[in-house]
Amino acid sequence: MHCSAAFSQAATSATAVPTISGSRHVGALHSSSSSSSCTLLIPSKPINLRFCGLRREAFGFSPSAFTRCSNSQRVRLPSRRRFKGSNVSASLGDNGIPKSFDYDLIIIGAGVGGHGAALHAVEKGLKTAIIEGDVVGGTCVNRGCVPSKALLAVSGRMRELQSEHHMKALGLQVHAAGYDRQGVADHANNLATKIRNNLTNSMKALGVDILTGVGTILGPQKVKFGTDNIVTAKDIIIATGSVPFVPKGIEVDGKTVITSDHALKLEFVPDWIAIVGSGYIGLEFSDVYTALGSEVTFIEALDQLMPGFDPEIGKLAQRVLINPRKIDYHTGVFATKITPAKDGKPVTIELIDAKTKEPKDTLEVDAALIATGRAPFTNGLGLENINVVTQRGFVPVDERMRVIDANGNLVPHLYCIGDANGKMMLAHAASAQGISVVEQVTGRDHVLNHLSIPAACFTHPEISMVGLTEPQAREKAEKEGFEVSVVKTSFKANTKALAENEGEGLAKLIYRPDNGEILGVHIFGLHAADLIHEASNAIALGTRIQDIKFAVHAHPTLSEVLDELFKAAKVKDHASNPVSEPVAV
Amino acid sequence: MATLSPFLSKTPLSNTPTISFSSSISTPLKWKSITSFSPSGSSSSRSRRRIFIVQSKIREIFMPALSSTMTEGKIVSWIKSEGDVLSKGESVVVVESDKADMDVETFYDGILAAIVVPEGESAPVGAAIGILAETEAEVAQAKAKAASAGAAAPASHPVTSTPVPAVSPPEPKKVAESAPSGPRKTVATPYAKKLLKQHKVDINSVVGTGPFGRITPEDVEKAAGIAPSKSVAPSAAPAALPKPAPAAAPAAPLLPGSTVVPFTTMQAAVSKNMIESLSVPTFRVGYPIITDALDALYEKVKPKGVTMTALLAKAAAMALVQHPVVNASCKDGKSFTYNANINIAVAVAINGGLITPVLQDADKLDLYLLSQKWKELVEKARSKQLQPHEYNSGTFTLSNLGMFGVDRFDAILPPGQGAIMAVGASKPTVVADADGFFGVKSKMLVNVTADHRIIYGADLAAFLQTFSKIVENPESLTL
Repeated sequence: MHCSAAFSQAATSATAVPTISGSRHVGALHSSSSSSSCTLLIPSKPINLRFCGLRREAFGFSPSAFTRCSNSQRVRLPSRRRFKGSNVSASLGDNGIPKSFDYDLIIIGAGVGGHGAALHAVEKGLKTAIIEGDVVGGTCVNRGCVPSKALLAVSGRMRELQSEHHMKALGLQVHAAGYDRQGVADHANNLATKIRNNLTNSMKALGVDILTGVGTILGPQKVKFGTDNIVTAKDIIIATGSVPFVPKGIEVDGKTVITSDHALKLEFVPDWIAIVGSGYIGLEFSDVYTALGSEVTFIEALDQLMPGFDPEIGKLAQRVLINPRKIDYHTGVFATKITPAKDGKPVTIELIDAKTKEPKDTLEVDAALIATGRAPFTNGLGLENINVVTQRGFVPVDERMRVIDANGNLVPHLYCIGDANGKMMLAHAASAQGISVVEQVTGRDHVLNHLSIPAACFTHPEISMVGLTEPQAREKAEKEGFEVSVVKTSFKANTKALAENEGEGLAKLIYRPDNGEILGVHIFGLHAADLIHEASNAIALGTRIQDIKFAVHAHPTLSEVLDELFKAAKVKDHASNPVSEPVAV
Repeated sequence: MATLSPFLSKTPLSNTPTISFSSSISTPLKWKSITSFSPSGSSSSRSRRRIFIVQSKIREIFMPALSSTMTEGKIVSWIKSEGDVLSKGESVVVVESDKADMDVETFYDGILAAIVVPEGESAPVGAAIGILAETEAEVAQAKAKAASAGAAAPASHPVTSTPVPAVSPPEPKKVAESAPSGPRKTVATPYAKKLLKQHKVDINSVVGTGPFGRITPEDVEKAAGIAPSKSVAPSAAPAALPKPAPAAAPAAPLLPGSTVVPFTTMQAAVSKNMIESLSVPTFRVGYPIITDALDALYEKVKPKGVTMTALLAKAAAMALVQHPVVNASCKDGKSFTYNANINIAVAVAINGGLITPVLQDADKLDLYLLSQKWKELVEKARSKQLQPHEYNSGTFTLSNLGMFGVDRFDAILPPGQGAIMAVGASKPTVVADADGFFGVKSKMLVNVTADHRIIYGADLAAFLQTFSKIVENPESLTL
């Protein structure tokens, strides 16, 4: 999206600065574009965005001239003096008098969402502060995606080394692969520390103020952090994230009944662990635990394992990730009571039927991991001070992440991104939402297309997806009256996958045959998480199948799985080419 | 892996019958185009009308033709197990075609009575791979049919077609469900449950030895009479490694106070080789050798850096030149493999392990080069930098325990080689010479273990004779 905005600017500057050959080319491309989705994004006035590594200064614009927005009445930042709490409130009256604030933007929560927003805000010339009550990096970096990837990297290798059949097929001989639990745990912890430091340093280097303490909203444009520090900002972003959700009746002791927070420390590897919930988190942990020698029992409230995945992908994933492994499962049941191991007794799990609520079974296992999803972390945020009522803990927002109050009105200058709004509980979605908000507060309207945000599950092999699942697409097609087609390609036909002896996999494209629009792409197979971006970028940029199918992929690479997918799709002849023919330069 | 479903397929073929497998003998025409019928089906079609009521409810599941070129298919996995209730449209089995794996669905409700072709095996298109019974009562009858179908199916292994006992095995599921009412619940781990199903073991016949009396995978394998070697090893190995898990101790109970130290990689490799050696029929031949001349030579060349190991290796190599069969090996139990090079492996104890650095072309290199080479190899072995070809290319092994005062011993033949020589200490001994004079000479006992499939007693004896001549007249060693 940024790029399409930058195109217009590049086009203008290209005439003046013809030496920038790259921008001329792109400018030419853009000027002949007729895509409505692209033109929507072009702002009415030039704005500053980086383009192909060139800072805005390269175009000779003064930053301040363009970051000033029509609705921005703030004074120039560097010369502004700090206000004490008392006179800030005095200046809040909406009477047209220019207001002064400590910051242009305050972000509450320094997770991946807050970090992404802060970096973009600095780039846009905003004076930015970020409030963190715990550790920089939030869930993702400290207790989520980051350390879990370290564990999964280990489990992937372990699994490979243990698979005698796989090794033999490659002509390799490995005897008695083993692991050191503490070593694995240290790897995860070291990675988290490293990424956390990187995050902290990147913000410090750019001049983002990191304010330590719990942030509470006192009123419009006013935030308290720590015990009694009060700061004001023109705009505030809530990015407080989430915590593991533990259903009632489950007693988490952190040792034998644990959440992902504890599991990532890998303090012990039980012989037998029950995982409550078979979503991303549960699935990834099942991959880790089975590779390290545990047996796993899934407990899933819905009738099917892996709800939320495209059914076909889910079915295949179950066949590869569940059935051949030391995993069994109970579906359609709730775990009503989980008691940690004590007094020489194992962990007991009481199951009831999800529909009839009748007692069904009692399990005795060595440990239980609660992976039933995540709950927003919005307590103590002071939302009552601005008349906002959470819905199941989530902060209600509109499609522009603007917070909605109890009466259904927008709260001015207040936004909420990431897990706290519950729109799409993924780290990179939070970051994208944050960037979108910064775009808005700097004068460029921006609505994030959530259907272009990819998601991935880092099992072995990986699962990834973007856009709609097939049932969702068919439902939408039914409602809106268009046709849906599906094509699939197998990793079995991909040279690189076969060279790796990892032919197990499927890629699936759901699209509109009438205009070539990509509705969804789902991949299960080797490096699926890395492969999805070609599809997610195509959706984000509005690229149609009839165009992307001519893009060239290096051979032999896994990316050819997608290449084949696009080429296999049948788009009706009359579908127009939204992007013009490439221009030779 | 692609799944193909008649309901989701993008190809607008109505009904997509290409993947249906289940054909009833009462409706043969409909499916005839895609599945051929096994002879056993046609026999029951006589007086169809009468038998229809009974017979038609037992259906054979055929190997479907997934492509026009497919003649045979491999069963990747059975999604359903014997005794599972199937409903129309459910995926039952995954069949591998040349390009992808495909789910095959049933067009009938029923019970999967028997699996005729198990996972991993192939069957020609149209052959019965499983039997579907409509009701519980017909399961036994279907099993009988499965037995005959299995016998008729040409591609499936005879082992798999052994008739399942007429009494249907109790379903593990049912046992599990009825168990909670009893006084003590039987608990089996997920993998144990899979093994129970796979080996058709009744859960009640297994005694759980795991924590809290639960049934472990090892218990099931024991009950199924499987040596817990192949499938347990991968599961037990990782479990035994982490320090806090004293879990895997399946065989003998540990004596109190004893500790279990897992093998290092090198030790594991030794263990594996030793077990493998048991499959080779070996015999041993011993020979006394007078070493005074060799000792004298050794004293002479020692200042030039020559070691006893190099001397012995060189002597053995020179003897092997004359007796190539002792340098041969038996790879497949059917032939001699004569090695082009004489590579003498020498067993070395190192850091609690055992490794055999190899002196390559020991017959061609002179003593001094050989000694130099040996020093390098030992250095590399100590620093664990030996390349695979430097320890696994031996054609004959030398093991010397003489320096410890061992006078004779017996070596185990390493896999892939024809013979190994065990060298004892050279000790002053009273010997009588040919003229009847007594004298004290240094005598060393060597003992060669050889693979009797290729090396016979006379071969070994002749080799040892040559070897002793070289050692007793060692001048040739320095040439």
